[in-house]
Amino acid sequence: MTALDAGAPGEVRVFVVDDHRLFLSGVQAELGGEFALVGSAGDVESAIAGIVAALPDVVLLDVHMPGGGGRAVLEAVHRSAPDVKFLALSVSDAPEDVIAVIRAGARGYVTKSISPAELRSAIRRIHDGDAVFSPRLAGFVLDAFAGQTPVGPGGAPDELDQLTPREREVLRLIARGYAYKEVAKGLHISIKTVETHVSAVLRKLQLSSRHQLTRWATERRLV
Amino acid sequence: METSPRYAPPRNGFLGFGLSRSPNRRVVAGVAGGLAERLRVDPALVRVAFVMLALCGGAGVLAYAVLWVSVPQAETPLEVLDAGPQRGIAVALVLAGIVVALRSMGLWVGDAIGTSVGLVAIGITIVWLRGDDTERARWSRLAQRAPASMLEAVAERGPVKGIGRLRLLIGLAAAFGGMVIFLARSNVLETQPGIVVAVVATAVGVGLVAGPWSLRLVQALGDERRERIRSEERAEVAAHLHDSVLQTLALIQRTDQPREMVALARNQERELRAWLSGRPPLVTGESDTLATAIEKAAASVELQFKVPVEVVTVGDTALDDRLQAIVDATREATVNAAKHSGAGQISIYLEVEPESVTAFVRDQGTGFDPGSVAPDRRGIADSIRGRMQRSGGSATIVTDLDAGTEVQLSIPRVA
Repeated sequence: MTALDAGAPGEVRVFVVDDHRLFLSGVQAELGGEFALVGSAGDVESAIAGIVAALPDVVLLDVHMPGGGGRAVLEAVHRSAPDVKFLALSVSDAPEDVIAVIRAGARGYVTKSISPAELRSAIRRIHDGDAVFSPRLAGFVLDAFAGQTPVGPGGAPDELDQLTPREREVLRLIARGYAYKEVAKGLHISIKTVETHVSAVLRKLQLSSRHQLTRWATERRLV
Repeated sequence: METSPRYAPPRNGFLGFGLSRSPNRRVVAGVAGGLAERLRVDPALVRVAFVMLALCGGAGVLAYAVLWVSVPQAETPLEVLDAGPQRGIAVALVLAGIVVALRSMGLWVGDAIGTSVGLVAIGITIVWLRGDDTERARWSRLAQRAPASMLEAVAERGPVKGIGRLRLLIGLAAAFGGMVIFLARSNVLETQPGIVVAVVATAVGVGLVAGPWSLRLVQALGDERRERIRSEERAEVAAHLHDSVLQTLALIQRTDQPREMVALARNQERELRAWLSGRPPLVTGESDTLATAIEKAAASVELQFKVPVEVVTVGDTALDDRLQAIVDATREATVNAAKHSGAGQISIYLEVEPESVTAFVRDQGTGFDPGSVAPDRRGIADSIRGRMQRSGGSATIVTDLDAGTEVQLSIPRVA
């Protein structure tokens, strides 16, 4: 863990967790100018301690780490500091990895090949309370929510288990490689509306009990 | 006779025949083991010989007792036994001769048992001779790992030792009791008591000797098979990583062209991911699904034009001739984007729905004016639109000079 930096008022305070030193320093160099980097950690234990002490706005979280991985950090921090927001970063784009960290509470998922500009805008978006979906994550969600809608306990289809047509359209455009701004333009809606739809999808992703999602989650021993 | 020193049996011992009781190959007193070492055959064969002779009026028991008393135990154990099949056959023939001789003297258990034991022995010999050397080596290794007797197997169980013994006793008692009841109900015992005693003795003997041994043998076989599969998998992983990832890493260090480097790394990444997820490599043909066909097309364009192509697929289906049209059109659109748009990345999105299949190829480079494309440029008109229309689908091209181009392809799933 590096020394804490209170950050200038109004700046987004970011904490980076990654066990690859090289990647850690690269990300810090890319973000340094625009965000207040309030700390970093290379393993699960020091990450939990550091995040709880620094209470950053956004944590960039590596998914694969020794000692329980990013999910262990997410779960521990969520208990004591529920307001800290997480953006998961990983080299893996396997569905079970993506779905597992989202269901553990991350508000977005991007792969490490993301460009610095995209990463910066993703952090800002997470800080504003929105969700960040990469094209691939959007594809997974469409896949997982495809097909017949399961019927909930009350006899009616569970609202959490299906996407609205509009949400589907938004996700399709994201999967096609459109930025939020372009999605808004394409559907003739405001960016804010796009963000609302994506956040709603994120919520469904975290709370739905669709069996594809539960399957992915339980494969990683997470429910 | 020329043998290497380590195979040479001790020359002293019983009457100078070089016969001693074996300290390390022993079930009772090491007599059979010592004989096997001297004769250089498998100890099991000699043990079988003693058992068979024992059935011939007890001749084997007598011979064993005499040798036990008169043959001294060897001081140094002979670790490696150079057993050869020819010698084994010779000993088996001598044994057969002795048995026949004893039979003519009236020392015989009965033809039925003698014949069946002989047949089993011949069967085992044939199986043994048919295996190749490595297989034989494996079997003897496994046989050595298995315990020599049931009590040994029971004793090995460790913490459940007492329970194991108890279970063994109960099992034997139950089997024996069952047999007694069966015999009491039938009249065999009164008419032919000799056969019954012989059958019971053989069954108990075989059970004691072979039961736990064969059980352990099966377990050891399973263990060995798993171990072999594991090591084969390791070798496969190593081989794969050597000729793919490590090769690429070496090349990346030597190249000074960043674009090619990126393309190389991406192609490798794609291959490795496919391999890790257990999908077939992107080079094999034939049994492709639609999604893998699209991914393959993307990979080849990426490799050819050194432009990253991101593929997102939702759903999948088997590839047929009609769907091949959308694959080809997607490929053509991707090639166009790579060649003309100047975009740093191309996105492909494929969605398989119950009624239709749609594909989008998008770049964020410089768009073009569709009207200005010369009519002799066959690319768009023929490869994309024509191809889709011939298969009952459609193609729409949305282009903007600032925002790049998106080719939208759609085809119904049922004609």
